[in-house]
Amino acid sequence: MEARWRDIDFLLQRPGKLVSDGFEPGPEVCSAARSVCLVIGSSLSLQLREFLRDFKILVIGAGGLGCEMLKDLALSGFGNIDVIDMDTIDVSNLNRQFLFRMHDVGKPKAQVAAEKIMQRIKGVTVTPHYGRIEDKDIEFYREFQLIVLGLDSLEARSYINSIACSFLEYNEDGELDMSTIKPMVDGGTEGFKGHARVILPGFTPCFHCTLWLFPPQVTYPLCTLAETPRSPAHCIEYVHLIQWGQDREGESFNPDNPEHMTWMYEQALKRAEQFNISGVTYSLTQGVVKNIIPAIASTNAIVSAICSLEALKLATMCSKGLDNYMMYSGTQGVYTHTVSYEKDSSCMVCSPGVPVEVDGSITLQEFIDMLLLDARFKDKLSKPSVSFQGTNLYMQAPPVLEEMTRPNLQSSLLSLMGSKGVLNVNDRKLAGVLRVQVAFRNVATPMAV
Amino acid sequence: MAHANGGSGDEQKKAAAAAATRSNKYDRQLRIWGEHGQGALEQASVCLLNCGATGSEALKNLVLGGIGNVTAVDGGLVHESDLGNNFLLSAENLGQPRAKSMAALLQEMNDSVLIDHIDASPESLLDSDPGFFARFTLVIATQMRDRSLVILDEVCRRFSVMLLVARSYGLTGYVRISLREHAVIESKPDNTVSDLRLHRPWPELTTFVEEFNLETEDSLVHKHIPFAIILLKVCEEWRSKHGGALPSTTKERSEFKSLVASKKQAQDEDNYKEAVAAASKVWSPPSLSSEVKAILEDGAADVDSSSSDFWILVAALKRFVASEGGGEFPLDGAIPDMHSFTEYYILLQRCYQAKAESDVSAVEAHVRSILSQLGRDPDSISRAAIKHFCKNSRNLRVLRYRSLAEELGLKEVGAKLQKYLPFEGDNTNYAIYLMFRAVDRFAEEFGRFPGAMADETVEEDAAKVGAIAHKLAGEIGLDGGVSEELVYEFCRFGGGEIHCVGAVVGGIASQEAIKLVTKQFTPTAGTLIYNAISSTTTIFQL
Repeated sequence: MEARWRDIDFLLQRPGKLVSDGFEPGPEVCSAARSVCLVIGSSLSLQLREFLRDFKILVIGAGGLGCEMLKDLALSGFGNIDVIDMDTIDVSNLNRQFLFRMHDVGKPKAQVAAEKIMQRIKGVTVTPHYGRIEDKDIEFYREFQLIVLGLDSLEARSYINSIACSFLEYNEDGELDMSTIKPMVDGGTEGFKGHARVILPGFTPCFHCTLWLFPPQVTYPLCTLAETPRSPAHCIEYVHLIQWGQDREGESFNPDNPEHMTWMYEQALKRAEQFNISGVTYSLTQGVVKNIIPAIASTNAIVSAICSLEALKLATMCSKGLDNYMMYSGTQGVYTHTVSYEKDSSCMVCSPGVPVEVDGSITLQEFIDMLLLDARFKDKLSKPSVSFQGTNLYMQAPPVLEEMTRPNLQSSLLSLMGSKGVLNVNDRKLAGVLRVQVAFRNVATPMAV
Repeated sequence: MAHANGGSGDEQKKAAAAAATRSNKYDRQLRIWGEHGQGALEQASVCLLNCGATGSEALKNLVLGGIGNVTAVDGGLVHESDLGNNFLLSAENLGQPRAKSMAALLQEMNDSVLIDHIDASPESLLDSDPGFFARFTLVIATQMRDRSLVILDEVCRRFSVMLLVARSYGLTGYVRISLREHAVIESKPDNTVSDLRLHRPWPELTTFVEEFNLETEDSLVHKHIPFAIILLKVCEEWRSKHGGALPSTTKERSEFKSLVASKKQAQDEDNYKEAVAAASKVWSPPSLSSEVKAILEDGAADVDSSSSDFWILVAALKRFVASEGGGEFPLDGAIPDMHSFTEYYILLQRCYQAKAESDVSAVEAHVRSILSQLGRDPDSISRAAIKHFCKNSRNLRVLRYRSLAEELGLKEVGAKLQKYLPFEGDNTNYAIYLMFRAVDRFAEEFGRFPGAMADETVEEDAAKVGAIAHKLAGEIGLDGGVSEELVYEFCRFGGGEIHCVGAVVGGIASQEAIKLVTKQFTPTAGTLIYNAISSTTTIFQL
């Protein structure tokens, strides 16, 4: 077994001079790894090897990035990998999702990926989860020491980010309990371009802190689509967003249904012909309607390997880590840019709390009403529950708790909290928790007894 | 083979089904390089030298992408240590030839690719049968040392075979293309500036624009005039008041924008907003890049009968620019979307497309004339090829690479590396370049890489290879030298191939290979160093 890991053991067994030092968030995180790295000796190899073998790591996505990440992590010594993916295998995956074959089409990606990795690489356990990330309990995610993301959507990343950030615990002075950091490594690709980033919530920017990194989606004005189309995409989107609903009322459009897609294409072509617009093809129709992102094996391989290497470094400190965002572009030569972004100190998702100032006399009910009207939380709250340092102040559900905590609504918030501090707000609409840093004004000084 | 009529219906169905599966399978990449790009890949023949983690990863990506055929060359047998870093080798292969084993597992990934293997070391092939390499489009040489690479490079150049060198070494990597000349028509830059010729409308465009009236009382029409037409009309007005000149000073440009804005009749006229935003296109039309200018000035543009089609096209382009073009390149013909009635937009689009076509015809005439003058078949370059060239003419690229013998002789390398030092910051990527040379010299002397043996030898080896690196730095006049930490790390690596690093380096190599074979996008112009410690890359032009 040891001979197998000869090359990577050069890294894991031997002390290094450019290993991780100032980058790590604190002694509590990966403490086992750090103490192990400080000990030099042949016993180290066994400890670190065993440590990696049992290290619980989660890979989200078993597609273009996920397949590569599973291979990379397994061949880095991680022995206990979970993978979650809600999709089944499609023919168009086969140009890059190398764990799948033609005869696997239709099967769940997570399951086939897990099987193939375990077949080829002895000693690794890959546990598949065929389902949506939203269907897993928050406790499921808490178990993992590191989460690696191979996703293709903003929404999914946002969701996992919220979950990971919800584990953070801050004290009333806004200081982070380092042991609650759930490290994540996130990769993304599109054609020849991609990025890899390390997220240590509360320390580096979380996904939400840097939402501006993602360019907005292309949408066309309604009047252009309906009255003055000029490009093939306009014609396609008209049929997709307007004509389908009219001509095939009640039927929900399924892009994987060939009849639906063919209808879409033919109607778009007709419309284009009416307006003398050329260029509508079946391929373009698919691309526009399904928002297809071009993808190739090489970029996925590069980005996944960078991410997996960072996961290895985070787990073992065997080398300095990426701080904290690397972008990659392979169209004109190879261009990479590594930058250390800073977190947003008032980030709604990862900061100690979004600041809210209230009058010292405000009741809990008035506070909740105020939250619902606050523009910053627009669309994020519907029936918020509030807790403070582990105590439920007001719970919307279940009925028993609601009844128990209902009297608190009439109490002054200040009396419930004692002083300024951070409230945890939970809501059905929120993936994680919303931390609100409450400061009171017009506080009367306590009278002398 | 002829088929009886009765069977051909089935054959046709099968062929159609196979074609549909193929387009489906490659859909996500066809959207990047198109059918012609895919076709180039499927015609290509690639040779991989050494089937370790780096080579296997490079080949895996090419096979998944549908490369025509590959030949894997490796003289080794599968060891235990291969199972720890190579996904394309499995426990069942232990003790068997590495090339043969890898080829078998690779084949599973795409049965359309022809995969062959040679169980011999690349060095022995170079020695006994250098002609072997002549049959390939591209050779990817992984994990080879400088000395053998220099020989391989000479052989590849002799047979006009492209060479791609890729190496991973612990937490560092290296990629370098070597060939004489690579011309790219379709470089597909990330940002293209549309060529609207607002500063120089041609007669037909001016005539077309006359049909429009910015003072029209029809409010619906008014707010659907495309912004290009608005700007052209305002230009005319400006010129008539300024002796034919366009706005040149900051003040004038600001006045011009105000003039455009003044044509607005209502608040919701998006076309006028677009016009104001695009006004700078009038005085800043797309300029020619330095790369393209250099191509026009290149000696190869003085064509003779042995010139490639590319240079013949460049020569024709030069003639066009000097005559019909009046200093301008052929018009691309594409226009951006503009808030407008469909009809106006389509007619405007046709105007630009017609001008583009007539420019293509002018260039075509030059191409035919040059070919005739050179005693070549005047029709040997198709109109389609000429049109393709014209459409991409602003983005042409030509790359030339020094031979490895010249670069690794290190004569001018020091001065060139020196130039990068101020930009490296905390990176030591220039030092990594030097360390690659140092470890190869160490290997020449001691028959192994530093640190490749027991842990106890690391310190000793560090001293020896450090001395070599120091001497090298002195020889080439590099002030920076190599830090003790980096020397130590290189010894720590023990010459090992880490899977993740191999996957990055192999991944980059496969991407460069695709660019070279499809002749789309721009390959890397120099030596790429990958630093997996800091997660950075630097490209050195040496």
